Amino acid sequence: MSNSIKIGIPRALLYHKYFTMWEEFFKELGCEVVVSPDTNQQILKEGVRLAVDESCLSLKIFLGHVNFLKDKVDYLFLPRIVTPRSRESTCVKFWAISDIVRNTIPGIEVIDYTVDVKNFIFEFPEMFKVGWKFSKNPLRIFWAYIKGKEKLEKKHNKELWEQWELIKNNKDNRPNVLIVSHPYTTYDAYLGQPIVDSLKKQGMNVLLSDVVDYKKSRKLVKNITTDLYFTYNKEIVGSIEYYKGHIDGILFLMTFPCGPDALVIDLCQNKIKDVPVVVISLDELQAEAGLKTRLESFSDILKMRKKKNG
Amino acid sequence: MDNDKKLKIGFPHLGNYWVGFKEIASMLDGEIIMPPAMTRRTIDIGSKQSPDTACVPYKYTMGNFLECLDKGANVLIQAGGTSCRYAYYGEVQEVALKKMGYNFTMIKFTSDKFSILKALLTFKKMNPNLGYIRMFRGFWIAYKKFKSVEIIEDIIRKNIGFEIEKGLFEKTFAKFLNELDNAHEFKAIDEITQRYEKECKEIPVDKPEDLLRVGILGEFYVTIEPFSNFFIEKELGKRGVEVHRFVCLTNELEKSVFKRKIIKKYLKLASPYLKHHIGAHATETVGLAVDLIKKDFDGLIHIKPFGCVPEVSSMSILHKISKDFSVPIIYFSFDAQTSETGVKTRIEAFYDMLKMKKNKKHGK
Repeated sequence: MSNSIKIGIPRALLYHKYFTMWEEFFKELGCEVVVSPDTNQQILKEGVRLAVDESCLSLKIFLGHVNFLKDKVDYLFLPRIVTPRSRESTCVKFWAISDIVRNTIPGIEVIDYTVDVKNFIFEFPEMFKVGWKFSKNPLRIFWAYIKGKEKLEKKHNKELWEQWELIKNNKDNRPNVLIVSHPYTTYDAYLGQPIVDSLKKQGMNVLLSDVVDYKKSRKLVKNITTDLYFTYNKEIVGSIEYYKGHIDGILFLMTFPCGPDALVIDLCQNKIKDVPVVVISLDELQAEAGLKTRLESFSDILKMRKKKNG
Repeated sequence: MDNDKKLKIGFPHLGNYWVGFKEIASMLDGEIIMPPAMTRRTIDIGSKQSPDTACVPYKYTMGNFLECLDKGANVLIQAGGTSCRYAYYGEVQEVALKKMGYNFTMIKFTSDKFSILKALLTFKKMNPNLGYIRMFRGFWIAYKKFKSVEIIEDIIRKNIGFEIEKGLFEKTFAKFLNELDNAHEFKAIDEITQRYEKECKEIPVDKPEDLLRVGILGEFYVTIEPFSNFFIEKELGKRGVEVHRFVCLTNELEKSVFKRKIIKKYLKLASPYLKHHIGAHATETVGLAVDLIKKDFDGLIHIKPFGCVPEVSSMSILHKISKDFSVPIIYFSFDAQTSETGVKTRIEAFYDMLKMKKNKKHGK
């Protein structure tokens, strides 16, 4: 297996949500998975050059990652998740990513699978088709899929357990801040991670919105908004209700100009009254000093409130 | 409290489709509050109450609602469909307006089947006298009116630049709208449409042989609402350009019924460039772009509100199409702060370029 096929996965967008599953799936099928490095200045610069200037920052970073992988892999794996559940959908940029890549960076072999439950296109048959390219053994593909799914769930459960431990074992009475943002913003080394680190340094207990019980979260979101149909937004906004009573402050993190977030955050700002809320939107020209000042003052407010309320 | 019982219905503007919306609103047997004609004020008060990155349709409709509410409306109708965030506007606007202290009911039509049912039930609840047959008839008449407006508008759009007696088309159109507004029977609507279709075709025009043909593509709202695109069609018409536009409301309504079939059709047109449906109108935009270029159009104009996700996706593909076929495409992005002079200057430059290109092709 020295000459195994190289599958490239850009470290952006859906990577942060499903990577564990994809990695396991391809490893089981005997492929080598190549992942682009953490987002850095160079990747962002390439992304900005390639993307239409009005696309959101996350998409720009994504194209930067794709460009990095361009010559290093045999196939690029870009799943297209349209409607993960019936009567819901994802942001339309996820519908288009494989077509955008095909047209802006020519000469790349893209493999994609579609999840479109509304039109009866389900995950397993589509992943099976992908697997069929690399292995003609149906059992092996099935096994790879199951294993991948299982690993993803295990990882998620572990994270969830850890987050609850963090809330319960809060001995120094540190304020809990919930960061409400998409996983591709929170876990990005260039966007979310500096903010998480900075908040931790200020003595905050940082909770992440994508670490929730998805099922409960999707149900609880009805308390805030009834018409919302963006699945990923539903999950992260539901976390506000899921952790209700445990959080002292909410930080909305959005990339400029994010379509769904702009509306959802506006609605949340109008509806949430009991805890302080701050909205930080990130773009490629961010000034660190300004960001730091805002985070510091937000932490100070939370600390003061915590002291007052005992 | 007595005052509250009387229904006063307001709805947002969308080009000349208000004739049909009025028909829908009149089913509630209340007073219809027409939003005042769009002005700079509409967008100013609208954008003050909107998130910065919301697109202009949100800001314009918000402005319309505020103006309606100030005139005393207590029922608002918002409709949105497809896969972009437009369908979510209803709720966000409702929450924002209620927070400002207004008291009203919002009826929301979205492309989700259940929400349409819910909206119809709300209609029924508000007006117990409304039977299902009348409801069906009301929507059908509204649909007819939409269609009728589109037929006449289409003729005018293609000819207005070449009329011999200036202003005749506009005068006829105003008369037509007025008559259509007062017609409430199937037969009458048909008759008016046919009569004016004939009349518009008979208006003398002077079309040169080598005229410039330009197609307008793009997002639904800004293409249809002329105020939001600074009357781009008129501007082109004045210069003697034949303008074609394909986005219209009835297409959109039909699409929500026969979605898969229509998407398939456009994907076929866009075939080497697109493999999948990319959301909202973007697939049509790309499909039509390829189709129109093959039909020998001189140039394309792509318009969208700032931050429109599906159209931004389609832009990266249009860039490639424009390069491959070497046909010019100009991109406009509208926001609350877009300046009208800027748009006009760019259109002028685009027109000059097309003209030069055409002359060169025909050997001076």
